[in-house]
Amino acid sequence: MNDATSTRLTLFNFWVAFGAFGLACFFGMYQVLERSGLFAFLQSPAVYFASVSTHGVLMAFVLTTFFIMGFGYYTAAHSLGQPVWNPRLAWTGYGVCVGGVVLAAIPLLLGKASVLYTFYPPIQANVFFYIGATLLVVGSWFWCAIMLVMLARWKKDHPGETVPLPMFATVANALLWLWTSLGVALESVFQLLPWALGLTDTIDVGLARTLFAWTLHPIVYFWLIPAYIALYCYVPQAAGGKLFSDVLARTAFVLILVLGLPIGFHHLYMDPEQAVGWKFLHMVGTFAVAIPTLLTGFTVIASLELAGRRQGGAGLFGWIGALPWKNPMVLAAILSLLMLVLGGFGGIVNASYAMNAMVHNTAWVPGHFHLIFAGTVVTMYLAIAYQLWPRLVGRKLYSEDLPLVQLWGWFIGMVVMTTPWHILGLLGQPRRISAVQYNSVLTLSWDPYESLMVIGGFILLVSACQFVYILYKTQTAGETLEAEPAAADDAVRPPPAWLNGFTLWNRVILVLMVLSYGYPILQFFVLKTYNPSAWGY
Amino acid sequence: MQIRSPDKNWLHEKLAGLGVQLSQLEINELERKWLLVSIAMIGLFVGAIVVTAVSHGIHPPGHVETIDSASLHLSQEFAEDKLGVQPTPLADGSIQVRLVAGRYGFYPREIEVPAGRRIVFRMASMDVLHGAHIPMTNMSAMIVPGYVSEVVSVFPKPGEYPMLCNEYCGLGHDHMWSKVTVVAQENWRKPATGGSQQ
Repeated sequence: MNDATSTRLTLFNFWVAFGAFGLACFFGMYQVLERSGLFAFLQSPAVYFASVSTHGVLMAFVLTTFFIMGFGYYTAAHSLGQPVWNPRLAWTGYGVCVGGVVLAAIPLLLGKASVLYTFYPPIQANVFFYIGATLLVVGSWFWCAIMLVMLARWKKDHPGETVPLPMFATVANALLWLWTSLGVALESVFQLLPWALGLTDTIDVGLARTLFAWTLHPIVYFWLIPAYIALYCYVPQAAGGKLFSDVLARTAFVLILVLGLPIGFHHLYMDPEQAVGWKFLHMVGTFAVAIPTLLTGFTVIASLELAGRRQGGAGLFGWIGALPWKNPMVLAAILSLLMLVLGGFGGIVNASYAMNAMVHNTAWVPGHFHLIFAGTVVTMYLAIAYQLWPRLVGRKLYSEDLPLVQLWGWFIGMVVMTTPWHILGLLGQPRRISAVQYNSVLTLSWDPYESLMVIGGFILLVSACQFVYILYKTQTAGETLEAEPAAADDAVRPPPAWLNGFTLWNRVILVLMVLSYGYPILQFFVLKTYNPSAWGY
Repeated sequence: MQIRSPDKNWLHEKLAGLGVQLSQLEINELERKWLLVSIAMIGLFVGAIVVTAVSHGIHPPGHVETIDSASLHLSQEFAEDKLGVQPTPLADGSIQVRLVAGRYGFYPREIEVPAGRRIVFRMASMDVLHGAHIPMTNMSAMIVPGYVSEVVSVFPKPGEYPMLCNEYCGLGHDHMWSKVTVVAQENWRKPATGGSQQ
């Protein structure tokens, strides 16, 4: 059951998310062109770094946060069969988020916040950038609260019943976000804002980087969980089968929540302010959180295989051909999983305690995270949009073929763009440069790969424009959709209580967070630290 | 004062309850196997890292040492005449190199080190964040203002290597690099100038 309120909330959030996505792709295209050095008139570090900052903020913070909120409202109303609790609060949160984005956008576009999307003290952005980013986070907490309350109310009304899997995962994500955004919130409120407002002269960069690392990796799971929800809850049905295992799906979401949080230090491997022991501890956790992803890959592929065999696919690989490749959700799942495998391999290298030194901060890293985020995660976001848009606007999807072309384009573009980045990274090219200015023979070997990435970027831009066009045409010119019959949920054997709620897991997380971040944060108040001067910006 | 020992029965019941719940979980046989394979695979990776870290001492840099970035030029170690390759090797035979990173270069801009010998880089930033990386080697470290970054590497092959700044440090970041020349051990002459060891 989706009432008018939840539909409107979802739609309004999706508009911002996908508007930001379309815009950010143009910035991305400019960046590959500028960086390739093929067009001399485009060369400008000032414009490039302003563009990188805007592209990163739009993709990583605006697209994700608004998409996740919109999808959450839909999932909660749909799977629990109840209206969104306190719509006024939901709209207030939405307003706070939009206000924050507008406030942050002004200095970003004026080049007054070229601190990339990971901030970078002691380089200082205009204060409105920090206020805007903080408001975006605070606004998203309204959504978290609504998700938690809706689950609590449903459980009270349905004692002993199993929480529907999509809602279980959505609440896991809300909790993950509350836990993880605390790190950047502390950095923002106690360090960045007072410093940008001129209340304090200096900032402890070591502490700031540690707090940001707290947020920096789990945030990736915040982005990933909606993609996993689609893989577990939409893909098996779309392929004509059913989910292989409900219990392991819940286990995977719980493992991501619990293990995903205390691992941020693999972003600080090369940093001087944390000792090797703590880095080692976080490394073990980073590898452990690969387990739920390996489980997810297995469960989703097993579900696809069941579906393929039901449709007559035989032999070891025959079921692959028998899958409905023309269903956007199925196609997206296959392409997503392929990119997850490729990107996951790169991630294992990054996470390796010693191997990381070879690729740290090189072009390898954006190669890796574009495969995982822009590849795996965004591809599933696009498929979710194709699935939900008709239900949200009450019209049939504008075209049956164009979404398939668009998804293939996104996949091919992503592979063409990220493969040269992985090679460039191994050849030592730094990730955050606008041009190659080194008078060294080494850089000659970089040239051929730079042209290839431009082609990838162009394919991606075309694909992004197709996506926005399909949604626009569906909304304005699609045929009216008749109401679909509700799909009957497969009855599942009730999972044990500890896979039907989060009280236990919150306690486990608290202990893990204290163990992994307690002393590493406390040390900045125990050691004699010298804050750098504010002359850096 | 008497400290009450934990109730053994309580713990026992809890654990037994957990065991019963786990055994009642409906997990497909194949899935159970895959779970074991996943755990074994991750165990193998972590095991390899533990072995190299413990037995070969291979760690990322993680030398927690603070320094006042605002007065580097007045410090014992990073004063102008103390920078560069140090004439006296460390006690274990390693060559020490001291660098200051600042917009937009590593100072001194050119250094010459011997091949095949342990080089200990000690670096500090005089302004913002920087990162030092010699491509295709494991010489890599973030240079965070307020801290001394210490990283150890060995360059097996002679040649000219660029040392690139790999962390965004401002609009001139693209231009920030220095030259490291690695020469064969027998051709290397220790520098005449440079700070003495403390």
